[in-house]
Parts: sequence; structure tokens; C-alpha cells
Amino acid sequence: MTALVEARGVTKHFPLRRGKTIHAVDDVSLAIAPREIVGLVGESGSGKSTFGRTLVGLHDKTAGEVFLEGQRLPRRYTTADFRRYARRMQMIFQDPYSSLNPRMTVGEIVGEGLRLGDSRAPSNTRERVGRWLERVGLGRAFASRYPHELSGGQRQRVGIARALILEPTFVVCDEPISALDVSVQAQIVRLLEELKRSLGLTLLFIAHDLSMVRYVSDRMAVMYLGSLVEVGPADDVSFRPLHPYTRMLAASNPEPDPRSERERRTIPIVGEIPSPVNVGAGCRFASRCPEVMDVCRSTTPLLQAVAGEPASRQVACHLYEPEPAAT
Amino acid sequence: MTASPTPAAGRPLLDVADLHVEFDTHGGVVKAVRGVSFSVQAGRTLAIVGESGCGKSVSVLSVMGLVPTPPGRITRGAARLGDVDILRRKIVDGHDVRGSRIAMIFQDPMSALNPTMRVGDQIAETLQVHRGLSRADAFRRAVEVLAQTHIPDAEARAKQYPFTFSGGMLQRAMIAMAIACEPEVLIADEPTTALDVTIQAQILDLLQELQRRTGMAIVLITHDLGVVARMADDVSVMYAGEIVESGSADDVFYRSAHPYTLGLRAAMPSQATTKAAGLQPIEGTPPDLFDPPPGCAYVARCPHAMHLCRPHRPEPFQVDPAHHARCWLHHPGAPAGRDGVYRGARA
Repeated sequence: MTALVEARGVTKHFPLRRGKTIHAVDDVSLAIAPREIVGLVGESGSGKSTFGRTLVGLHDKTAGEVFLEGQRLPRRYTTADFRRYARRMQMIFQDPYSSLNPRMTVGEIVGEGLRLGDSRAPSNTRERVGRWLERVGLGRAFASRYPHELSGGQRQRVGIARALILEPTFVVCDEPISALDVSVQAQIVRLLEELKRSLGLTLLFIAHDLSMVRYVSDRMAVMYLGSLVEVGPADDVSFRPLHPYTRMLAASNPEPDPRSERERRTIPIVGEIPSPVNVGAGCRFASRCPEVMDVCRSTTPLLQAVAGEPASRQVACHLYEPEPAAT
Repeated sequence: MTASPTPAAGRPLLDVADLHVEFDTHGGVVKAVRGVSFSVQAGRTLAIVGESGCGKSVSVLSVMGLVPTPPGRITRGAARLGDVDILRRKIVDGHDVRGSRIAMIFQDPMSALNPTMRVGDQIAETLQVHRGLSRADAFRRAVEVLAQTHIPDAEARAKQYPFTFSGGMLQRAMIAMAIACEPEVLIADEPTTALDVTIQAQILDLLQELQRRTGMAIVLITHDLGVVARMADDVSVMYAGEIVESGSADDVFYRSAHPYTLGLRAAMPSQATTKAAGLQPIEGTPPDLFDPPPGCAYVARCPHAMHLCRPHRPEPFQVDPAHHARCWLHHPGAPAGRDGVYRGARA
């Protein structure tokens, strides 16, 4: 498998005063295959959004590398880099209210990317904007409207049109549906599915709603305090979680089914996600883990394939024996 | 709760009947709540579920007297807490029933807590006002209540300000403030919507634990069918200012009798939802409540709409003894064989 996008040891720290550092993302490696949808889940503060933004160059990397179709991307983007790579990597933001400029019309917002470094005639831009507004189910008439005239679902469609009009190969969707009503969520997910099929998109789908991520994604990655703790096929990870944190997430996720909720095996959910400032050695989940052992506090577990599980599953936990090296 | 007599089984603690609420806006009058009725019994949880703008929050805010007037206006209805209609009378025996017999928690704890007051003092204030405790006694009791909501080191936490609390801890502090006077009814308006799933699970467990201990009734406002399935004994589904279906949780989830309920369920992935089956979005948008449709509010989005649905408003039809749906399909003369719509045990 050749990855379309590959992160190798991506790290993003934010320095604070007095020598403190926020370890937002620490040494994350993840390869995403062409046309694959990878779901990234975790609590707020887990670093999932920062990772997504770092992938597309909105944050400089503290360490590590990102490859797009085998080509190494710069550690720090210049304006020219953004122009170069924006055509291939795009982002859809969570908040459809703050991510659209209120002083621009919908047509200007969607068409802005086309004008950057492009000499095509404005009439062509207008035509393409119109086509995309239709494609996301808004219609050409929306081009002259302003964001404040639109509902949350309509704004999210504008955000999608703006990202996809450049026909990128890779899109980071950062909680694209969290702010929307249930019936509208399904509309947006359907739209993304359709566009993925017709355009051959590859997506990183960031969300905290486990059920929706399982439904949308081929594979799922679980992040905790800046590190990946488990990666695997989406159904396996949500129905048969291995890492104690994934188990806790799955057990917390209420299913819309009263019978299964009544029969729910309750596992205690202890504590809250700790601060990512100056994270020490050992497993980051040790402070909340119901199965913590001595080794967990001293040695950081590696994300690796484990014995008795297919190679597609990787877990960072001392409870599991690593898969013996192939001979 | 031990001091007050337990209401007879089956008799509702809170009984809201035919509530109508309007708002004056620049664009005209919004009919936000159009004849809503619900009731909840001691020790039980009623979930009111619906999407943004359906009127679920306005309904309970009206009951609590928290709708700003003007622009809001309760034009009709009653809300009986025991024998008192609290839409008309808030002070009983010299005490405001709100905060003592009926209390409310919100989605955003920062809007309910005073940022300039220590958390313990805020809880103590409730007890001083409603229970007439001295300042010292009230503070001691506030620490106990904080401990009941599983805030670690409650004694020290009570002396801190809200900004030092995490989101989950703030939610616990607000719950502590609401339950300090052991209310008979707790209204929870999207109490976990802003929280992570793990913290949500902790808060929902806490509410259930408190309910088991005190026997309080809970009215839970939410848009999340997962939270409904986890918490509710009874469910009312709201759409465009009306309750379109009501019944036990099993009735509403497994014997959905209103097309909107079916639509909501199909729009949300469950464990059984496969990619092949797909999510079914509800196309279209809710009606404009400046000018609500004369007939069924869901008609424009309903796959089963009939000619009479547009001009004629359906009453809540009884589907089974405790299960109602505001849909013409439940009229005895309606055509049979509508996909997925439960037609009652008789059918």
C-alpha cells in the first residue's frame, strides 16, 4: 500500500512561559491510503484538531515529517507553499459560524481559492462557483448571499464547497457535523460520501461522536493526550476495543437503543483528561487506567501490532504482547 | 424528600397542559410552543427530544418562569406542580417554588454560576434563601452536597471560584446547586451537550444516582437519541412547537408511530447501521414558525403525507394506551401499509 498522506513522528509543541511546554501532539505516525476515510477520535484536549491542522500546514511541525504522495512537505509553510499545496490538501472546519468571513458573499468565499495564483477569467470562476453551490445542494442563487443569512447546515455546505472547489486529493474534516442537528448531520455525511465516491477523495474525519465516526470511516485512530493509542478497522475498534481508553470511550458512548443501554456493561469512567503541559514518561493514560501496572508509569508503550490480532490493528498498551517479528 | 409525602403512584408531580408561548420579533410573532402537554412522575425521567428551534427549551423555560417577558408571552396553558399552577403562582407559603421544589440545570454552567462568587457560597445562598439556614450551616451543607456530586476534596473546592473548575466539575457544581434543596422535579436542559462522552457518561450516571436516592422526577431536554435511550423512562418528541409523539422509551424507539420519529432514528447511526444500509437524512427544513402551517407541521418533509395533512391539523391519536402520535395515519379510516409506522397493538 502506498500511502497518499503519511505522517511520521509528527510532533507539535506550544511553548508556554517559564520553560513549560504544551505537548499537543507527540510523535504521531499515521499513513492514509488513497480513497480511504480515517476517523480520528478522542476527547477535547487530545490534540486531534492540532494534528489535523499540522497535517495541512496550518501549524508548523515541532518535529516529524508529512509526505503527500511520497513528496515531503515543508516543516513551515510559506505563502508560496500554501498556494502550491492548497490545491491538493484542504480543510473543512468545525464551526460554520467563525470560519466564514461575514463581509464576503458566499460566492466570494467559495471562489476565493480559485483566484489565488490562477489566471482564469472571472466568468469561469463564477461558473465553477455556481456548479459547486449546486453540487453541495445550495443552488446558484446562494452566491450573492452573506453567511449570516444561512443556517448552520447551509454554512457547513459553503465550507465544503470552498474546500472542494480546488479539487484536492486530501481533505481534513475537523468535526464537520458536531455543531449541526441530527437530521442535518445525516445530510452532510451523505454529501461527503457522495463527493468521496465521485471525486475519489481521501479524508481524515475528526470527531468525538464514536457512532458517526464508525459509520463514516474505513479505519479509526484513537488519540489521547497527544498520542495515538489504537488504530484499526473502524468496526473492530468500536465493537471490540483493545486499549483501555478506547474501551472507556466505547462504554461512554450512548447508543440510540434503550434495550442495549439497559443491558450496558458499565465500566467506571474515572477522572478527566489531564493537562498536556510537560507530559512525563510512561503511558499517558496511566492516571485513569483501570488496569494500570507499574511498568505503565515508567515506560511509554509503543503503537504496534499485537500478538493474536491482525496486522491492521495497532495498540499502544503494555497489556498486550507485541506481535513477534516476522522471520 | 423524606419529609414530604410521596405522591400516589401514577399521579404526576409536574403536569404541563396545553402550553402556548409566543415571541414578538422584528419579523413578526413567532409561535414557538403550540399546545404542548407533558407530565412526569416521582422517580421517573421524561426526555423531551427534538432539534434546534423545535421549542423544547422554551417549553421548560416557560414552566420555570424564565422566558423574558416581553418579548416572550405565555398565551395559554397550565403547569401544575402538585396543586399549584406555577405559570400563575410562583410563591407558595412565602417561598418561591423555583430553586426549592423545582430546579433547573443548563447546558452552559458558566451561565448559571456567578464567576465572582466562591462555588460553596453560591450553593449556600440557595439554602439560606429557601431553607433559612445560617450562613455557616448553609456552607457546611453546601460542602456535603458538592461531595454528593462526587467533586473530589469538596471542602477545598467549595472555597474556590468557578474558573478553577473543569467543564465536568462545573456541571457537577451546578447540579449541586440545583439539588441543594432536594427539589421534587429537576429540569435538565441539554446538560451534557457541551461535554465529552466520558464526562457525559459520568454526569448521566450522577443524575441517575441522585434520582434513585431522592426520588426526584427529571425532565431531560436533549437532541441526542443516545442520551434519551440511556436515561428516559418516557419520551416526548417535539417538532415545530408541538409534541408529535409521546410514550414509553420502548414505544418511541421500537414502535415509532410518527414519521418524524422514524426519520430521526434513520438519520442517526446505531450499532446496527451498516454502510450499505446508509443513513437516511430528513430532507428539507422545519416550517417557519412565524406562519406555522395550518395542518400537520411535518407534512412538507413526510414520506407518507396525504391530502388532508396539509389543511387539517391532526390531534394526538392514541396508538396504544400510553402511546400517542399527532399523525393522521392513526385515524381509523387511514389507509394501511405505511412502511415502518407502528399502528398500535390493535392494528
